[in-house]
Amino acid sequence: MASIDVENVGKVYSGGVRAVTDIKLNIADGEFIVLVGPSGCGKSTLLRMVAGLETISEGEVKIGSRVVNNVEPADRDIAMVFQNYALYPHMTVYNNLAYGLKNRGTPKAEIDARVAEAARMLEITQYLERKPRALSGGQRQRVAMGRAIVRKPAAFLFDEPLSNLDAKLRVSMRGEIKRLQRRLGTTSIYVTHDQLEAMTLADRLVVLNGGQIEQIGAPLEVYHAPASTFVASFIGSPAMNLVKGELHGDKLAIGPAMVALNGFAPTSGAVTVGVRAEDLRIARDDEEALPFHLEYTEELGAQRLIHGTVGDQQITAAVSPEIALSPEMRVAVDTKRLHFFSIDTGKRLPGNVPAEAKLAPVEPVI
Amino acid sequence: MQTKRTVFHSRVLPYFLLAPQLIITLIFFVWPAAQAIWQSFLRQDPFGLKATFVWFANYTRLLDDPDYLNALGATFVFSVGVTVLSMGLSLLFAVCVNRVLRSGRFYTTLLVWPYAVAPAAAGLLWWFMFNPSVGIIPYLLSFLGYEWNHRLHTGDAMVLIIIAAAWKQISYNFLFFVAGLQSVPQSLTEAAAIDGAGPFKRFWTVVFPLLSPTTFFLAVINITYAMFDTFGIVDATTSGGPSQSTNILVYKVYADGFIGLNLGPSAAQSVILMLIVVVLTVVQFRWIERKVQY
Repeated sequence: MASIDVENVGKVYSGGVRAVTDIKLNIADGEFIVLVGPSGCGKSTLLRMVAGLETISEGEVKIGSRVVNNVEPADRDIAMVFQNYALYPHMTVYNNLAYGLKNRGTPKAEIDARVAEAARMLEITQYLERKPRALSGGQRQRVAMGRAIVRKPAAFLFDEPLSNLDAKLRVSMRGEIKRLQRRLGTTSIYVTHDQLEAMTLADRLVVLNGGQIEQIGAPLEVYHAPASTFVASFIGSPAMNLVKGELHGDKLAIGPAMVALNGFAPTSGAVTVGVRAEDLRIARDDEEALPFHLEYTEELGAQRLIHGTVGDQQITAAVSPEIALSPEMRVAVDTKRLHFFSIDTGKRLPGNVPAEAKLAPVEPVI
Repeated sequence: MQTKRTVFHSRVLPYFLLAPQLIITLIFFVWPAAQAIWQSFLRQDPFGLKATFVWFANYTRLLDDPDYLNALGATFVFSVGVTVLSMGLSLLFAVCVNRVLRSGRFYTTLLVWPYAVAPAAAGLLWWFMFNPSVGIIPYLLSFLGYEWNHRLHTGDAMVLIIIAAAWKQISYNFLFFVAGLQSVPQSLTEAAAIDGAGPFKRFWTVVFPLLSPTTFFLAVINITYAMFDTFGIVDATTSGGPSQSTNILVYKVYADGFIGLNLGPSAAQSVILMLIVVVLTVVQFRWIERKVQY
C-alpha cells in the first residue's frame, strides 16, 4: 500500500525525441488511476518510468515517501501486468506465480500458501501444473494477474492488459480487475487507449495527449466537463460534436441558425461549440432549433444515431429508435449542456459546468 | 499453413526442373557413397591389380585396431571441445551484441567474417600464430613460463586444432544465437526484472531456457562440423600428430586411404563416419524437434 507521486516528470529519449513533458500527478493510496490517450501520447512511457523500465529524464517519481528514480524495478515494490502477459513460457503456471517470490527468498511454505490463495481468488487452481501455451487468452490473463497479486506489492501497474482479448472477455475481465482491486485496495495505474475501459475502471482519469496531461478528473467530471476539445472528442462514444459557432451577445449562431442562450455566454465572437449526441433531440415545431439534413443512421438497439449536417458542419445525434425520421429535420439543443472551447487553444472556456460533473463517485459495494 | 500449390500439366516438366539438383546429388553424393560402401567390403592387393571380396573383415579389423580406437577417442575430445568452446563464446558475443543496440550491426558484420575463411586458410593462420619458433602466442606464453610446442606435446596439439576449428564456427553460431535472442520478447526480461531477478538470473532462468531450441540445433550442427568438416584445419596445422594425438576420424580416412593407399579399411572408416552422420541427422529431426519445446 502506498501513494505514488509523479513530480514534473519528463522523458527525452536518446536522440532527443521527447515522449513526455512535465507530468504532475498525485495518486492516493488505494486509488485506481487510468492513463488514457491515443497511441503515442506517452501513457506507456509514463507507466514504464514508474515501473523502472525506462529511466526518468526529468523530475521525480515517489512511491510511498521514497524517491525511486534510481531504484531497480525489483526494489520498487510494484507488480506489472503486460499487454502480451509476458508469462514465462517454459514454466508451469505455479512456477510463473512463484518466480518472483523465489527470487526474493520467500520460504517454500509461504510461496505455496500465497500461490494457492491467488489461484483460488482467480479460479485458476486447476491449471497450476499447466504451461501457459495450454491456456486460453482469458486464463493467461488471469495468470498474469496472479503473478502480480502473489507478490502483495504496493502498486499494480497495468499496461493495456485487456487489448489482446476478444470483446466479450474484455468486458468480463474488466469487471474482475475492478473487483479485485477494490478487494485488495492496492494502488493501481492502468494504461489504455480504450476510453470505455478508462471510464468504467477509473477512480480518476488522466487524459494524455502529445506527452502532456490534458485533464485529470473523475470519469463523470471528464465526461461532462471536458477541459479541451481533445478530451471532448476522445472521451465518450459517439465522440462529442464539435462545431464552429459565433456568439452574438446572448445568442449563438451555428451556421444559418440562431440559438438563444438564456443568459449564458462565456465570451463573444467565434468559439468551438461542443454538444454530446444525447443532448440533441428532435425539435417540437414551436421551439427554436437547428435545421438538420439527415445523411445516414446507425442502429445501436437502445438508441439510434443519426448523422447529418447543420449548415456545412457534421453533427451526430442520439435519438430514440421510435421517432420517425425524415430527410430534413430540426434538432433542438439543451443550452445548459453546451460546451464552449476557445477556437485558438481548444481549451474549455470558463462558465457552466453541468451538475452531473459534480456528482460524487458511486461508492462500491463490496 | 497456406502454401501455394502449383499444378503441372506436363508429367515431364517437374522432373526436368528437378534434374540439375538430382544429377549433382547423384554424381557427387550418392555414387561416391555407393562406391565407398562397395570398397569397404573389398581388399586390394599391394599393387592394386586385383581386389577380393572380404565381407566385413575390414570393419572387424578396424574395431580391433588400437590406432582406430585412439582416433575415435581423439574425435570425441575434439568435437566436444570445439562444440563447447565455439558455442560458449558465440553465446557470450551474441548476448553482448544484443545489449549494444546502436553499433550492434557493425559488430555482427565483423563477427561473421571468419565464416568466409576457407578451413585450410584458417588452419594456416592459427599455425602461424601458434608456431613454436616464430608464433606470437608461444612467445607470449613463454613469459608465463609455459613452453608451447604442439609438435611435441599432444595436449598442445589438441588445444591448437580445437581453437582453430572453434574460431571458424563462432560466426555461424553467433548468427543463430543473435536471432534466437532477438526472438525472446523484451517484456519477458522486463517481467523477470520486476520479479526480482538480477541480470545473471534473468539470463539463466528465462532467456537461456527459451534459447534451448537454438542451442540444441547448434549442438548437433557443431558436432557434425567438428567430425566431418575439419579436415583442412587438421591438415594445415598438425597433420594428425604428434604420435596420432590429433588423428581424428575424418583425417584418418584421408591418411589411410590416400597416403597409405589402403583403400578397403579407409572406405570402411568413411562408411562408419557416414552412419554417424545419419544418426546425428535423425536425432536432430526426430528427437530434438519434438523434445525441445517449452
